[in-house]
Amino acid sequence: MNKLNLNNEMITSCRNYAKSIAKDVQAYINKHSTVSVERTVLRLLGIDGVDKFDVPIVNRLVEDVKENGDISLGISIYIASALKATNKSLNDYLEAYFDSRDSLTSYNLISKSEVKKILKPYYEKNLKKITKNREIRSKLINKFGERKTELYVIVATGNIDEDVLQAQAAARAGADIVAVIRSTGQSLLDYVPYGKTTEGFGGTYATQENFKIMRQALDEVGGELNRYIKLVNYASGLCMPEIAAMGALERLDVLLNDSMYGIIFRDINMKRTFIDQYFSRMLNSYSGIIINTGEDNYLTTSDAVLEAHTVTASQFINEAFAFEAHLPEKLMGLGHAFEINPNIENSFLMEIAQAQLSRELFPNAPLKYMPPTKHINGNIFRAYQQNALFNIVTNLTEQKIHLLGMMTEAIHTPFISDRYLAIKNAEMVQQSMKSLADEIVFKEEGFIQKRANKVLKNAHSLLKEIKTEGMFKTLEKGVFAETKRAENAGKGLDGVFEKSTNYINVVSAELEAYFNEN
Amino acid sequence: MKIRPYGDTLNDGLVQVSFTLPIALSAKATQAAKELAKNMGLINPSVVHSEEIGKNFSFYIIYGALNAFVDLEKIKVKELEKSSKSKKEIEEIIKNNFKKDIVVIGASTGTDAHTVGIDAIMNMKGFDGHYGLERYQGIKAINLGSQVSNEDFIKIARKEKADVLLVSQTVTQKDVHLKNLVDLVELLESEELRDKVILIAGGARINHELAKELGYDAGFGPGNFAEDVASFIIDELLNRKED
Repeated sequence: MNKLNLNNEMITSCRNYAKSIAKDVQAYINKHSTVSVERTVLRLLGIDGVDKFDVPIVNRLVEDVKENGDISLGISIYIASALKATNKSLNDYLEAYFDSRDSLTSYNLISKSEVKKILKPYYEKNLKKITKNREIRSKLINKFGERKTELYVIVATGNIDEDVLQAQAAARAGADIVAVIRSTGQSLLDYVPYGKTTEGFGGTYATQENFKIMRQALDEVGGELNRYIKLVNYASGLCMPEIAAMGALERLDVLLNDSMYGIIFRDINMKRTFIDQYFSRMLNSYSGIIINTGEDNYLTTSDAVLEAHTVTASQFINEAFAFEAHLPEKLMGLGHAFEINPNIENSFLMEIAQAQLSRELFPNAPLKYMPPTKHINGNIFRAYQQNALFNIVTNLTEQKIHLLGMMTEAIHTPFISDRYLAIKNAEMVQQSMKSLADEIVFKEEGFIQKRANKVLKNAHSLLKEIKTEGMFKTLEKGVFAETKRAENAGKGLDGVFEKSTNYINVVSAELEAYFNEN
Repeated sequence: MKIRPYGDTLNDGLVQVSFTLPIALSAKATQAAKELAKNMGLINPSVVHSEEIGKNFSFYIIYGALNAFVDLEKIKVKELEKSSKSKKEIEEIIKNNFKKDIVVIGASTGTDAHTVGIDAIMNMKGFDGHYGLERYQGIKAINLGSQVSNEDFIKIARKEKADVLLVSQTVTQKDVHLKNLVDLVELLESEELRDKVILIAGGARINHELAKELGYDAGFGPGNFAEDVASFIIDELLNRKED
């Protein structure tokens, strides 16, 4: 595909800069771990549930080691040593743990090889379950097939039972992908809430039980429709790897997974979330879950005409980070958006240029294309028109994950009919313009080609600058979404620690071995 | 003057309504939609479109004439008291009147784990298309997040030389938020800081009157955005400058 006459050398150079930027951060990541990474290890050993104060057991155990032991060794060695010393199964040990007051750190530490031997049956069981989920997903997709551009809608009632009803209605109306928006502020909780929930603020809590309930509901309606309906949730935040693990266990298909989003829009500490992102993306890769990145959000804050290149630069960086975490291109749902003010002359052409640019730069990635939100003003009729324009660009530039715009954007969470009308809008465009992309070429040196090349050129200069400054400094300067974030500020920094030379993480060791083989 | 909606003739009262019913589409369902429109006060409602939109849901578009009217003479609108300025205006006033950045520190204090309120006002992204204070030139906005103790809050306020303290109390049980808000005022007074800062409360159950009663300079409830808070802040700072 080459409709934009892009400069291939410049693209290669962008990738090289991005690679070098990511490697730089990766060197830091490799030396560190976080409380959330350690809690994820526990979850993948099969530990779940909460204590009588509703504190997740995995939080209790990690806090115990943080306070009474040496967390720089990792949680694996402590849990294995406790099992060895007490000669108990994990379940029996945990029961005894909560009955007694003995710290997890009260036992003699055993050797690395023994740690692996003791914990292997536990993590193997869960990794096998994840592998099984991956196989079920491929089987169902192979059986039912997949639309070239998949229609993605959101439900967000706060009540998982109501969400199920709306998600099933959306699937019947034609949605391929359903996302359950999280309760506001969940990304900043340093724990994952537990159990089924029926109350939330602006969304529904992401809990493993809610994942399970929605998965079952979508499988049910998918069976009825002979389609595989994909389920989306959000990992970005302070519990990235934990949610990645829970999503893997409950066969989610897509996870929002972008530490840049957390840093910029949620003021999460950059070190914390880069480390968390790495482990969570490894899990996403292992479980075959598509990641979605949040570049589209930059343009809700910054000007979509002037700052378009920051989206492109960030896509290159996110791609490089994803490669570091062994994520294949087919799982990289890089984000971008249709956010230019529609009153600007030729804004539609600029949208085409940007969307086509993303498509050509990342030809194998299931790009996530976001609808207009910033310039939607409450006039639902105007919004419906804007969404039709957006749907045309989606189709014309062959995007993969098509988030549908709602005509009631910025008024309320969508009515069931808003979602239905949005799906019909997109379907009419898909059907009536099916082969348009094949037919259209862009004028040599015309407006669209020029615009795309200019954005690429600016992205290239920005990547060069970031490479020189380093990622941390760049975020401190406020290059993305014009937001400045300090290296040692933001939420979750106290959960970051340097790994001891004797650190052991049985799950990441197993995953690394898997990726090296495959 | 008495008026009605205008369709294509003066006083025809024509309006459009659309809604979903939680039943499958059928002749009976369509009649039900029509009856509903009559109950709304529409004369001669006509269902111009109906469609099944999923199992047991049907969608209707209806036109009809409103019998109701309003008398314009009888309508009195209270002028809005708050003098909200735009972000640009606020930045301009700060540039022209203050030498240093205005330091605003915000937090959900006490046991409150919810940051939706404080984030809506402070974070870059803001809320509903209204940018947060972090985005304002001339304002140094520091969002401490949730579950910040009053003691820590004051310690940081002192360190950062805060001009303004924003306290968010979003979710409350058994009125703990009231006690916590009062405790902060008392602590500030005992540390002789109360007069040195503008103290603002915000949250779903907060309003201006309540906040004043508790010893705050202002209170902001639902429906207020960063520019409303920032407008109050600069007005108050300018007032204090003159005193």
